[in-house]
Amino acid sequence: MTEVKKLTKKDFSSDQEIKWCPGCGDYAILSAAQMAMAQIGKEPSQVAVISGIGCSSRFPYYMSTYGMHSIHGRAPAFATGLKLQNPDLSVWMITGDGDGLSIGGNHLAHIIRRNVNINIILFNNEIYGLTKGQYSPTSQKGLSTKSTPYGSVDRPFSPLKFALGAGSTFFARTMDTDPKHMIEVFKAADAHEGCSVIEVYQNCVIFNDKVHDQFTNRKTRDEHTVRVVPGQPMVYGANKDKGVKLEDFSLVAGEFNDESELVVHDPSKPSLVHMLSEMKDVVPMGILNQRDGDSVYDRDVHAQMKDVLSQKEKGKIEDLLYTGDVWEV
Amino acid sequence: MQEQQPQEVENIVIRFSGDSGDGMQLTGGQFSATSALMGNDISTFPDFPAEIRAPQGTVAGISGFQINFGATEINTPGDSPDILVAMNPAALKANLEDLKRGGVIIVNEDAFTSGNFKKAGLEDNPLDWKELGSYEVIKVPITSQTKEALSELDLDTKSKTRCKNFYALGMTYFMYHRELEPTIRWIEHKFKGKQELIEANITALKAGYNFADTIELTGHRYKVKPATIEKGTYRQINGNTATAWGFIWAAENAGINLFLGSYPITPASDVLHELSKHKNHGVMTFQAEDEIAAVCSSIGASFGGALGITTSSGPGIALKSEAINLAVMLELPLVVVDIQRGGPSTGLPTKTEQSDLNMAMYGRNGESPMVVLAAKSPSDCFDMAFEAARITLEHMTPVMLLTDGFIANGSEPWKIPDVRTEFRQIKTKLVGPEDYKDKEFFPYDRDEETLVRNWAIPGTPELMHRVGGLEKEDRTGNVSYDPANHELMVRTRQNKVDKIADHIPEQEVLGETEGDLLVVSWGGTYGATYQAVNQMRAKGASVSLMHMRYLSPMPKNVSDILGGFKKIVVAELNNGQLKGLLNSRFNCNAKGYNKVQGKPFMIRELTQMIDRELEEL
Repeated sequence: MTEVKKLTKKDFSSDQEIKWCPGCGDYAILSAAQMAMAQIGKEPSQVAVISGIGCSSRFPYYMSTYGMHSIHGRAPAFATGLKLQNPDLSVWMITGDGDGLSIGGNHLAHIIRRNVNINIILFNNEIYGLTKGQYSPTSQKGLSTKSTPYGSVDRPFSPLKFALGAGSTFFARTMDTDPKHMIEVFKAADAHEGCSVIEVYQNCVIFNDKVHDQFTNRKTRDEHTVRVVPGQPMVYGANKDKGVKLEDFSLVAGEFNDESELVVHDPSKPSLVHMLSEMKDVVPMGILNQRDGDSVYDRDVHAQMKDVLSQKEKGKIEDLLYTGDVWEV
Repeated sequence: MQEQQPQEVENIVIRFSGDSGDGMQLTGGQFSATSALMGNDISTFPDFPAEIRAPQGTVAGISGFQINFGATEINTPGDSPDILVAMNPAALKANLEDLKRGGVIIVNEDAFTSGNFKKAGLEDNPLDWKELGSYEVIKVPITSQTKEALSELDLDTKSKTRCKNFYALGMTYFMYHRELEPTIRWIEHKFKGKQELIEANITALKAGYNFADTIELTGHRYKVKPATIEKGTYRQINGNTATAWGFIWAAENAGINLFLGSYPITPASDVLHELSKHKNHGVMTFQAEDEIAAVCSSIGASFGGALGITTSSGPGIALKSEAINLAVMLELPLVVVDIQRGGPSTGLPTKTEQSDLNMAMYGRNGESPMVVLAAKSPSDCFDMAFEAARITLEHMTPVMLLTDGFIANGSEPWKIPDVRTEFRQIKTKLVGPEDYKDKEFFPYDRDEETLVRNWAIPGTPELMHRVGGLEKEDRTGNVSYDPANHELMVRTRQNKVDKIADHIPEQEVLGETEGDLLVVSWGGTYGATYQAVNQMRAKGASVSLMHMRYLSPMPKNVSDILGGFKKIVVAELNNGQLKGLLNSRFNCNAKGYNKVQGKPFMIRELTQMIDRELEEL
């Protein structure tokens, strides 16, 4: 047996110069994804990264794997075709809030609904960056941008609610300021059989700086995010002195007396996940939603093909040409 | 009364017409299949409304099926029916003007009620019309006679009434000397396990046959001898099935998977239906969420090493433009089938037209050369689907295959090809690490002669690379904004497509390669233009036909052919798209002969046009 080479981040880095703005959150996400892939241990030749259009979608050019920088919003369809043709590949899809939830909303809904076994990293910076600063479908109401000089009057999308509506089997949230958490979440997403969506709170330093600041800044994030762990009570705060309670069918974050008052996280309970999606000032981070055992599209397509082949012989064109009524002249 | 001998004729055109729910497509299909099995050459034209069940009894709800069957070579469904079977007043109203003067009309008398006149927008009983005097009208109470024939059977009235199409079919079988056996076999197969329905339909068929005998329809009994056609094994085929099978054969031949990403649309859905049946041929079909996802999934599968194809019609192709352009940029295999229908916009979904040529040629942003092929007949769809696949796999650029609603749904007898000897081996550009032992791999390295790049698919060790829609550097494929590189790449992609002209057959001409008049046609109009030019040539006219199947790039001898004639007329079912293309490219001063009615050319329209054009010379 040949010696198994230990993969490193470098094995997943291409020789191309990275052209994101200095200070952009994308650098950290790229680095964390490369490290996660090295730890997962699939050879770069067995990995394909498919993206749409936007700042984040330049991602494949910086990977040493196979990759496709496709067209705006349609990455889910390219990824589905590739995964169906080559089910053993590890397929990662890169998208943003504009690419995935605006122009590509239809495709994103359907890849989640079909539960195609790929990993989707959704960079959410609540702004269009590559087109230089228009509001996006996740921008908060009132945001003043180049296309909304008087403030946006548009209601924002919640990526988590979107995914749940499409029947998501895996949804996690993480942030560009916490590489360790990102790596953990990416690995968990890869381990899940089905369509894994990872929303990354990502900072656009030029057009929407500090939009997620209270949730991602090292100084404030402990007080504004709950790192949820399956089976564990929802505790947060720098001193672990705050927690999440269930009151009047809603999750309420704040101080508590005894851990028994707190909600225990269970990502397989849709009603709980829906309540998590409603949290505002304190938001959950980690694997928010996970359901195993659902049908997986690419697996089922191949199972059906195999099933047909077990009943019929491998076809030759002559079998078709001579079916039905034929006659001699 | 003395029995008349059946009168022998060269060909007969029959049209069945009734409500969308009357089963006219099925009736026509059975008449065609039987005629083909009896050795006639045939051509069919199913013509139905876009609505599944338009209001009963109205002209809008009329569904028709026309068959031309003959003892000689048949290339079109026929200009005018010799006989019309009209199942209700609306069918008579809608079809009367198409019928040949002196032709036979069989009407279902039971349906000629005042209620149905109203539904058909008629003020009086059309059977009383004076103009019917020029036709032979046979009034038969088809509905009540069918019910009567089935009175012994334990079936509800509705089911019995539904068998009336087989009664009508039976009558025509007697009149035209058709054998009942193939249809009986078909009924037994179709209604397997439902004994009462088998019995009902067969009884209705025989009752109609016997009734025609009883009322001495002998005067109308014609005989069409089997056609003298080339020896071989034959079957009936329609264009959409042939298209599907052509791709299956190409993928089998090339030794790769076939992947279809598609979205339902008229008249293309039947290709999706057909391909979805054949998983044991390594065919994977994906019904996507929309037209865009359909083509994108196919490109994704092509990136992964499949023959990726997508099928649609005009409105769907418009939605796919951006993705098709990406395939041009990536230089991956992709076949896009546009089964044309009447446009613009939703247009005439179930009617035929050739108005997507400009979109195929030019419907993308930037300098985006496209290979465009067009099938000429139902069975030619098999050959051209194979050609489209061959070209895209060997030249690594997308190919647009144009067919149309007329040949997609129309059928004809097809001499089954010996595929193992009549088609050559497709050589894909797939590569592996073993091909790069002594040289470095670059994804956009090209073959010096054809300018084609290699196809390294994800999962292949050592050949990792990235592709994308941004302009890429020559050879390496890395993103490049260099001005000179962009021009080089634009020219390279164009040259690569132009060079395909070295790998396609020369343009054929029917008739001399020089003379007074050259008729140019393309795609699904071949049957009509071929017949018209042949008829005129038989009368001594100096006219030739150049029927094109390779539209981009064009065969290298097209320019020479165009130069050999005093006058060129391009006949097409649009406003002059190929004419414009030929004039801009060859400055050949071609005239257009155009029809945009959602209907195919009639032979006589073309012969009259040829007459006129020659006279004006």
